[in-house]
Amino acid sequence: MTTTVSKAAVVAERRPAKRGTGGVGRPGFAWALPATAFFVLFAVIPLVLVAVLSFTSWNGLGSPRFAGLDNWTKLFDDPVMLNSLWLSVLVTVLGVLVQTPLSILLGVWAAGRQRNRAILSAIYFVPLLLSATAVSVLWRTLLDPNFGVPSQAKWLFGDGNLLGMQSGAIGVLVFVGAWQFTPFHTLIYQGAARAIPQVLYQAAQIDGAGTVRQFFHITLPQLRNTMITSMILMVVGGLTTFDTVLILTQGGPGTDTTISAYYMYQKAFKSFDFGAGSAIALLLVVVATVISLVVVRVSGYDKMRSSVEGL
Amino acid sequence: MSKQRPNYLAGLGSLAWLIIVGAPLYVLVSASVQSRADYGASGPLSLPRHFTLRNYLDDFSTGFGRYFLNTVIVTVCVVAIVLVVVPPLSYTIVRSRGRVTTAVFRLFLLGLAIPAQAVIVPMFYVISKAGLYDNLIGVILPTAAFSLPMCALVLTGVMRDITPDLYEAMAIDGASSWRVFHQLVLPLSRGGLSTIAVFSALQAWNGFLFPLVLTQSDSTKVITLGLYNFRTQYGINVPGLLAAVVLSMVPVLLVYLFARRTLVQGLMGVGGK
Repeated sequence: MTTTVSKAAVVAERRPAKRGTGGVGRPGFAWALPATAFFVLFAVIPLVLVAVLSFTSWNGLGSPRFAGLDNWTKLFDDPVMLNSLWLSVLVTVLGVLVQTPLSILLGVWAAGRQRNRAILSAIYFVPLLLSATAVSVLWRTLLDPNFGVPSQAKWLFGDGNLLGMQSGAIGVLVFVGAWQFTPFHTLIYQGAARAIPQVLYQAAQIDGAGTVRQFFHITLPQLRNTMITSMILMVVGGLTTFDTVLILTQGGPGTDTTISAYYMYQKAFKSFDFGAGSAIALLLVVVATVISLVVVRVSGYDKMRSSVEGL
Repeated sequence: MSKQRPNYLAGLGSLAWLIIVGAPLYVLVSASVQSRADYGASGPLSLPRHFTLRNYLDDFSTGFGRYFLNTVIVTVCVVAIVLVVVPPLSYTIVRSRGRVTTAVFRLFLLGLAIPAQAVIVPMFYVISKAGLYDNLIGVILPTAAFSLPMCALVLTGVMRDITPDLYEAMAIDGASSWRVFHQLVLPLSRGGLSTIAVFSALQAWNGFLFPLVLTQSDSTKVITLGLYNFRTQYGINVPGLLAAVVLSMVPVLLVYLFARRTLVQGLMGVGGK
């Protein structure tokens, strides 16, 4: 610190600049302006507009007309809409339940020092690089009842038309989501597990705690903050799943997998009811935000408790 | 951990998951190098009998060359925009102490949580009114805007690690903000710059929703849309379709080979904070 002070003193002596040397390398707001303006124009204003549009009726041509609460009252009378909300939540919750334990176990394992880890993680990473479109097309092809795996493995798939029934279609959506995103969550758990201080494990070993107890009493509590981050990402990602549904099930059979994000797209860009589409989009944002806040609240994350338990 | 026995059970589990991840990828590649007849006869799980690149050539002659080019244009432009606007933004967030800058940073943090679906209707409205519908520029702008929050977050984290001493040394030389940025901040955050370049490139390359809603004609189609249409049009030409999927992956895998470390570390950082 002393060197800092003396340097500053030297500077002050040598260059009694107008704005003071504290201003050097402290750019004004103008530097942030291009990015901010750009972001406001293409993300913030549209977010405000979606709220405005949800009170209008607009078919894509001409100008939106004010329609009051019309869209909203219709939405809450629409059984497909209510069902789509329920389906969104269902797919999201199932996704979290499948991916969280899996990625914690794999991540903690991968944080250790195994020799084959590099090879494993190289292949493991690939689904994360693929577009949701590519992933969905791939799985749609693999699961095709006539030309895909089910036609070859009848013992496993029965008549093979997984996407033709609701439970099968939802199962496929959850599975494909896990296939694509578990690697990502594994990776963030791996990073977090590496950051756990080794002292804790050494102390536990001295106390005679086995691997399993160490996992439940040290590893899991230490990963709490990471779990929150990961789950929030899963929730927001799950509620906004769209490409996968569009390509894998098209919301079907019937409306059995018409989740809200897909219903929004249908309303707006297939039925050209942009007002209703906006209302659903807004509802989706609100639901995602509320769930994220609840997760943060329930977990005590907002109280900023020390993440390093026992130190 | 130092003297732990290898955890065979966990190793076995991860091997099982590896198969779940790897097997479909194997089917993908092996089916794409078979003729339609061979694939139809032997099904997805068998070994390819006669190797052929026919499917790839066919894809290129049916428009995928064009889609490929469009995707390259979108990706390059998005990365360029990100690399021009994000570094000065992060520099300001790290070095400026004004209340406005804090508010800007909060805005970008909140922006992380805005899903593209939420704004797609107004985006369609804005882009149409601006006369950019069915134009690649209309895809590039929103795609770039939506990769800003993540990139700003990553680069700000990197720039925070530059020690204050270095700024003071520059101050002694009487450097302007521009010189500090140009000669100190940019060179020292090279790692972060490549991270955000890779991230935004990945997002642009794999983007689907914006092109789906904001373009229409064949001349503005990107690869992901090509895949989607391919599936609905010729659902039976499985090898051709899968070859197109492979084509869409090749550049991404190349980037992955060269920038693996950058990418993995960038992703790991998400959970650490």
